[in-house]
Amino acid sequence: MAAVQETVDRVKRIDVDQYRYGFETLIESDKAPKGLSEDTVRFISAKKNEPGWMLEWRLEAYRRWLTMTEPTWARVHYPKIDYQDLYYYSAPKPKKSVASLDEIDPEILKTYEKLGIPLREVEVLEGVVRPEGDRKIAVDAVFDSVSVATTFQKELKQAGVIFMPISEAIREHPELVQKYLGTVVPTSDNYFATLNSAVFSDGSFVYVPPGVRCPMELSTYFRINERNTGQFERTLIIADKGAYVSYLEGCTAPQRDENQLHAAVVELVALDDAEIKYSTVQNWYPGNSEGVGGIYNFVTKRGDCRGANSKISWTQVETGSAITWKYPSCILRGDNSRGEFYSIAISNGYQQVDSGTKMIHLGRNTTSRIISKGIAAGKSQNTYRGLVTAHRKAKGARNFTACDSLLIGDQCGAHTVPYIEAKKSSATFEHEATTSKISEDVLFYCVQRGLSQEEAVGLVVNGFVRDVLQQLPMEFAVEAQKLISISLEGSVG
Amino acid sequence: MPLLEIKNLQVRVEDREILHGLTLTVNPGEVHAIMGPNGSGKSTLSHVIAGKPGYEVTGGEILFRGENLLEMEPDERAAKGVFLAFQYPVEIPGVATMTFLRTALNAQRKARGEKELSTPDFLKKVRTIASTLSIPQDMLKRGVNVGFSGGEKKRNEVLQMALLEPSLCILDEMDSGLDIDALRVAADGVNALRSPDRAMVVITHYQRLLNYIVPDFVHVMTRGRVVKSGGKELALELEARGYAQFEDAA
Repeated sequence: MAAVQETVDRVKRIDVDQYRYGFETLIESDKAPKGLSEDTVRFISAKKNEPGWMLEWRLEAYRRWLTMTEPTWARVHYPKIDYQDLYYYSAPKPKKSVASLDEIDPEILKTYEKLGIPLREVEVLEGVVRPEGDRKIAVDAVFDSVSVATTFQKELKQAGVIFMPISEAIREHPELVQKYLGTVVPTSDNYFATLNSAVFSDGSFVYVPPGVRCPMELSTYFRINERNTGQFERTLIIADKGAYVSYLEGCTAPQRDENQLHAAVVELVALDDAEIKYSTVQNWYPGNSEGVGGIYNFVTKRGDCRGANSKISWTQVETGSAITWKYPSCILRGDNSRGEFYSIAISNGYQQVDSGTKMIHLGRNTTSRIISKGIAAGKSQNTYRGLVTAHRKAKGARNFTACDSLLIGDQCGAHTVPYIEAKKSSATFEHEATTSKISEDVLFYCVQRGLSQEEAVGLVVNGFVRDVLQQLPMEFAVEAQKLISISLEGSVG
Repeated sequence: MPLLEIKNLQVRVEDREILHGLTLTVNPGEVHAIMGPNGSGKSTLSHVIAGKPGYEVTGGEILFRGENLLEMEPDERAAKGVFLAFQYPVEIPGVATMTFLRTALNAQRKARGEKELSTPDFLKKVRTIASTLSIPQDMLKRGVNVGFSGGEKKRNEVLQMALLEPSLCILDEMDSGLDIDALRVAADGVNALRSPDRAMVVITHYQRLLNYIVPDFVHVMTRGRVVKSGGKELALELEARGYAQFEDAA
């Protein structure tokens, strides 16, 4: 398979510690004063020219946050975070509204070019030879705290789809934002979500009107550049009755010695007969081989299948971050609604992953499916934590869960923590879990056929995660496959 | 020059010596059968030639076309033309057989400085070989050996052998777990690969297999040594009189 070979070639060219996206862009930035207070919240709100209701919403969240304590139940360990030692807002200078790509700082455009993100619509549209059937992808790029460019706005507008930075949506579509913001992840939800509600600076907003099938994949690319900066993005996606949208999210950050905080909130709302497919390839800087540096990825993602026959599907490939604390979940409120969670979580070095999902069955004949593949290498710890519940009205609820863990080496750990609650006896919940070590016999079989040790591991791991990779849009699946092999570089002696 | 020269090979696994000075010479075009009772060290020999980890060579040498085989990584040996048909082929879930075959072939070609085979050429080659081995197309789409019957697994080994075109084929207990019909199909596949520049080492417990793959030489191995060598008639003698007569010689 060509992709395997390509992966190995690429792996050979890079060093174990050489995170590909670890470069820094030298630009001037406009920052909020260090630390967190009501003034910080007001500063951010003012920077965004927000209406009064938004500021009030933020302040309420901030005041609540002051009364909360950081959660400790996850199987992750890190030194106490000093929330007063962070910057909560950073924007590339000069801060002005950007009418076209030409007005964006060329340094930032270069950054996205290096990352392989197609920001220039012109190039995308007039690309030399586009293969037949190659789909267009609209991109919203978030650099530190602000959105720098959203492509294909015009084409989306024709279809009636709204895709813009959430800061703009707050000003231009306040009725939609007010109606849905915080209805899936309330400001009081959890410590990090509450913090996000107070200080979020940007993110994406999507609204797909009734009966519309979004004509292209929507994508957001998150980049943390500034030092000592937290990134708090907020994404809100609404698929109105009978609508369909597929959304992709990618993340990277420069390589730094200190840990950086990323506390995002994503809310999805699917009304009757609507479908949202949300895919993530998370590759934040994981720290070096000694466990120094890396991103703390403390994220709250939740989808609400609010209407009957609606469907929300989460697919994630998690390879980066020093610590991942993330449980993309579905509230299955509408009758016959369906939730899906497909996950590949890879940990190497000193990475710690505590990730999984919650499927909350409220409506009748709701179904959910969880396929989780955890791969632990090096000295990492990889935990799957999942909750499946059926409430009293959830007649005929069904869930199928399969959690498989693969261990590479003998200094890593894999843990599975399922919580299952059925308050309705007609619910059918199935749970399967396996843990296996990558077998010496399988590796020897492969190398006897001529594969190198690295190729053999790549092949076996790609086979292990295949059912999940198939859920990703094609362009992402190939990238994810390469990323998986790169993440495991150096894991076999 | 001999293809394979094993001189006074001594091998330990953990604290136990398994091979105590084994010597064997194989020339291109020859088919050698190695027969012996369980625990005589037959499989150890095949693993050491292929380079499986876990064995410690404490003495002797193995030359492959005059080169020191023991200094090469297992994948290097494969690219040089050493192929081991496993007694128990492993399953690799999620990796389609076709993908596996292509990855292996291209890895070897690359190691030898050859160009990758184009997709149409590769597919044509695999399909031609598969049809001679009665391997259906859908089997090639399934995960490597996943859910394959014993006969299918062995045919898959022969398929890989035919595709990779090695110069030395080691067949480890190819007949284990096969009924007569399955054995005949696999053996026909192996016989089709006999050629003046390819040698085979057929490791077996029973004479039965040698009715189908007729060897040029037969070696009797007991307790980690070759105790007697002869022509194909030696196998028949063993079948009639058993291994006991050689136990003392070791």
